[in-house]
Amino acid sequence: MYLDIDCKNRDKIAALSDNGKTITYGELVDISKDIRELIGERNLVFVLCRNTIDSLVGYVAMAASSNVSLLLGAETDDELIEELIRTYSPQYVWEHENCSIEMLGNREVLYSYGEYNLIRYISEDKPHLYENLALLLTTSGSTGSPKLVRQSYDNISSNAKAIASYLELDDNQKPITMLPMNYTYGLSVINSHLLVGGCILMTEYSYVQKQFWDFFKTCGATSICGVPYTYEILKKMRFFRMELPTLEYMTQAGGRLLPELHKEFAQYANERNIRFYVMYGQTEATARMSYLPPEQSLSKCGSIGIAIPGGEFSLVDENGECISDNEIVGELVYKGDNVTLGYATGPQDLAKKDEREGILVTGDMAKRDEDGYYYIVGRKKRFLKIYGNRVNMDECESMLQGKYTEMECACVGTDDHMKIYVTEQGSEDEILDYISGKTGLNRKAFEVIYISEIPKNDSGKKLYSVL
Amino acid sequence: MTNLEKYIEAFAEGLEIDKSVVKEGLEYQSIPEWDSVGHMGLVAAIEDAFDIMMDTDDIIDLSSFEKGIEILKKYEVEI
Repeated sequence: MYLDIDCKNRDKIAALSDNGKTITYGELVDISKDIRELIGERNLVFVLCRNTIDSLVGYVAMAASSNVSLLLGAETDDELIEELIRTYSPQYVWEHENCSIEMLGNREVLYSYGEYNLIRYISEDKPHLYENLALLLTTSGSTGSPKLVRQSYDNISSNAKAIASYLELDDNQKPITMLPMNYTYGLSVINSHLLVGGCILMTEYSYVQKQFWDFFKTCGATSICGVPYTYEILKKMRFFRMELPTLEYMTQAGGRLLPELHKEFAQYANERNIRFYVMYGQTEATARMSYLPPEQSLSKCGSIGIAIPGGEFSLVDENGECISDNEIVGELVYKGDNVTLGYATGPQDLAKKDEREGILVTGDMAKRDEDGYYYIVGRKKRFLKIYGNRVNMDECESMLQGKYTEMECACVGTDDHMKIYVTEQGSEDEILDYISGKTGLNRKAFEVIYISEIPKNDSGKKLYSVL
Repeated sequence: MTNLEKYIEAFAEGLEIDKSVVKEGLEYQSIPEWDSVGHMGLVAAIEDAFDIMMDTDDIIDLSSFEKGIEILKKYEVEI
């Protein structure tokens, strides 16, 4: 069964919620069987995720009953979810009973668990789903792009195994949710721990709230995970002074941690005998591609480390030739069983087979040092990482252009800070509200700047480099 | 400026919201601007306004407009 959930002791607790609710591995298996009996296999199901047991049950039961889910954040802008529903026409939706999406109103409830319901959305023919397709995740769900990543059963199992191996996980582990479960990194934490029979501490409280840390301490969480911004906030919260005796390891991914911050956390971890892992990955590689072994965390500060067990990195130059010398920058290419099948931009793509055959051209520019450690130095594509989320600047432009047809705009910037140049004065504040609302990212991440004209070259292409 | 005015200003500046929104009943996550990102902006603004350094326990306890007033008493700021 999915993530070997049926190979665990039935009474072992798989997840514990901050309200005291629990679910065992045996119950997860039983519910998965119920779901299979109820709706059969190979349906397309949308799972609207929160960090609760009820939400987790839906995700696991769909995957374990051979149904294919698309995981979406329950807090995602309603219009964006509706657009995806229209595009992909799922047969079923696993949603919170208070779900406010109009398109999903007044539907037949087939099954309930806690505060979640399984509803039938359409009863027409099932879509043709490729037999190894297990799960769909958004690439940049925040900009409403219908582009999804297709992950196979082998992808998920291979990546969870590799992660569990290098993090040295066992069934005593109790990770606490600090990232959304529909976010590839958050999901990888859940998957790798379910695989080893661990107990996931599920909470919707944020790590800037007291209830989160009370739950952490009461239940003895063993690890934390976060994107660069999480670590910035933890530092500002004077995390280094907190007493967390049960903490065994910390992981970081979702963008580049500033070397200074990397060093501070590595030092803190070293002093307290905590393992600190800086890692690198993409949704296109299921989640993880590399990790920096904790013992190298200080000596190789700023590095994304080495490929995960079973994976392999190489660098290629502009002509597609493999670079064999050290310290030469090239595009990073990853090879491994966790490289996903490919993308889907519409329902017809869900029938597609493996288009990548284990090779992922990452779009990240990197170099390798003499010891074989990799360093990311830049990006080929026009996107930013904002609070760990990939935000495609071209998609933002077209979203803004669709709403504000009278003006022109151009997006540039650095991670955690996007600059939006607009050719219309007076609506800066409204634009900030719009982009922040659509992406679900705090408005502090955006700056709207008036410019009389967007600089362009002779063929009309925007000149981002001069902005 | 009174301490209350300074306090309201710190909220408006820290969360990047209009002063009219800053009042009793304002809570963590009751508006989109007050998420984890906004929270740290708010903490920084309050610390600046009253020239204090808050403890971790108080940073994570700052869950509402009212709670902040209570916490500030510990730092000898009466609002």
